[in-house]
Amino acid sequence: MAVVTVERKPLTFLERTYLPNIAAGLATTFKRMVQPVETLEYPEQRPAIPAGYRGVPTLVYDPNGREKCVSCQLCEFVCPPKAIRITPGEIAHDDANAHVEKRPEEFKIDMLRCIYCGLCQEVCPEEAIWLQNQYSMTGYTREEMVNDKKRLYELGGTLPDTHFKWDKKKAAEEAAAHGGAHH
Amino acid sequence: MFDFYFELPLLVRLLLQGTVVILVLFPLAAACSMAERKISAWIQGRPGPNRTKPPLAGFLAPLGLVASIPVLGTLLQKLGIFQLAADGGKFTFKEDPVPGHVNKFYFILAPIASMIPALSTVAFVPFGAYFDAAGELVPVALANVDVGLLAVFALGSLGVYSLILAGWASNSKYPFLGGVRASAQLISYELSMTLSVLPVFLWVNAPGGQGTLSLFDVVQSQSQPGFWGGTWYVMTMPVSAFIFLIALFAETNRQPFDMPESEADLVGGFHTEYGAFKWSLFFVAEYAHMIVGSGIFCLLFLGGWNPLPWVPLATVIDWLGFLPFAAHPLFVGLLSITLFLGKVGFFIFFFMWVRWTLPRFRYDQVMTLGWKKLLPLSIANLIVYALGIAWLQTR
Repeated sequence: MAVVTVERKPLTFLERTYLPNIAAGLATTFKRMVQPVETLEYPEQRPAIPAGYRGVPTLVYDPNGREKCVSCQLCEFVCPPKAIRITPGEIAHDDANAHVEKRPEEFKIDMLRCIYCGLCQEVCPEEAIWLQNQYSMTGYTREEMVNDKKRLYELGGTLPDTHFKWDKKKAAEEAAAHGGAHH
Repeated sequence: MFDFYFELPLLVRLLLQGTVVILVLFPLAAACSMAERKISAWIQGRPGPNRTKPPLAGFLAPLGLVASIPVLGTLLQKLGIFQLAADGGKFTFKEDPVPGHVNKFYFILAPIASMIPALSTVAFVPFGAYFDAAGELVPVALANVDVGLLAVFALGSLGVYSLILAGWASNSKYPFLGGVRASAQLISYELSMTLSVLPVFLWVNAPGGQGTLSLFDVVQSQSQPGFWGGTWYVMTMPVSAFIFLIALFAETNRQPFDMPESEADLVGGFHTEYGAFKWSLFFVAEYAHMIVGSGIFCLLFLGGWNPLPWVPLATVIDWLGFLPFAAHPLFVGLLSITLFLGKVGFFIFFFMWVRWTLPRFRYDQVMTLGWKKLLPLSIANLIVYALGIAWLQTR
């Protein structure tokens, strides 16, 4: 490449005294001073959480109040830091959701191990585990930092569902049983 | 009440006056640290310290009571006033370790030595004035002496000894370098500073008059009737004022001249080994120097307690004649002190404003600026004004 020598303009006398630039700098800092502050005063003012934020992992109910987790343990197996421990349990026969067959008896996420990678949410076939908006976890003991099933559902709440997979399945089964009787 | 006061023995009165001035200056200097934090914060787009609130229980209950006044308490909290009190408490009561490798005697002497010139220079600064029974303007000052400015310079430059002492007694390299820089910087800028104020005193000491270096007389000469009598010296001698201001920045070790501290290359400079109360003494001294230095700038170049150029204090008192107490010495004194402190406050603000505008000079740049630029400029300024004043005053 050709070398282009750029003539450097000699500084004028005023420029060499720095004074105009100092005055301009003072004007800039003064303008900054009368502008409103940028700081969020944290505990009172909370930042707006953008959509798709990966906060603390939680368990959710579907709109009918059924716990979505079927304790397939995929999240437990995929979890890179092994933060999740699930004790699977059976749903009693007389339960309204007996056709789902399984639910977690206990579900523990150790937030001291969790790396917020979101793999559990990605792998979940039931859309039962979600990384939601909560970004601040504190506790005085290690035990406090382990979220058990109760706490996970408290944090998770209910999320809208478009599939109602198990209701459809139940309806289909019932229809099939019905139709079978007719044939 | 006044009679009672004036009947006290002179020594008691002087002691009382001195105590009052120190009791005002010391917290004022401490309050500057909070002003510094708030102004830094505002310039950086932050709110600054605004959380501290004393509890309504225990020995802090009186402060807590103030904090719970509806509007005022919140305002004070937002301005960080209680943080200031907490800082003071912290600096007083926290552990004050003395490193093992220091020279203990001088290490402890240094912060004390820094306070002495810082608090004693204020004695020679007239900070207000009132009219006595004969209608003469009398300065409010601890010592209105004829050598005023000389005494301030003489005492003020002693302040650097504490920095050198601290740097040397700390017995480690960064404080030592800080102390060396402090002394080099003082010598470089003291010259220009002294030369820059000479034109003012050449003008004030007109032939035939009594020779004086009194700061009060400088203000008096800026509050005379007529166009030239009422101008402030910052207008007639802008170069002097400019050099004095720059030298003031250097003398008080403020950015962009804070070579002795220079935390980027010297950790903390002369105060690297200091902590707790001793450290805070250095800073109160620095702020006290700033206050006194700004005060002297205002007296020399900005007409002292005169509110505006061509509007001396006496005119303002005439305008306020409709107030029944307008001519009362107490009112006039308080008014003049307020006007003076307002100007000083602006300069304190200016110091902090410049701090967040200009980057620190490199050490060789400081020396070049001092010796190769400011000193020749102040000598040229002196010669030009000496010739001009000689021509004007002997016409």
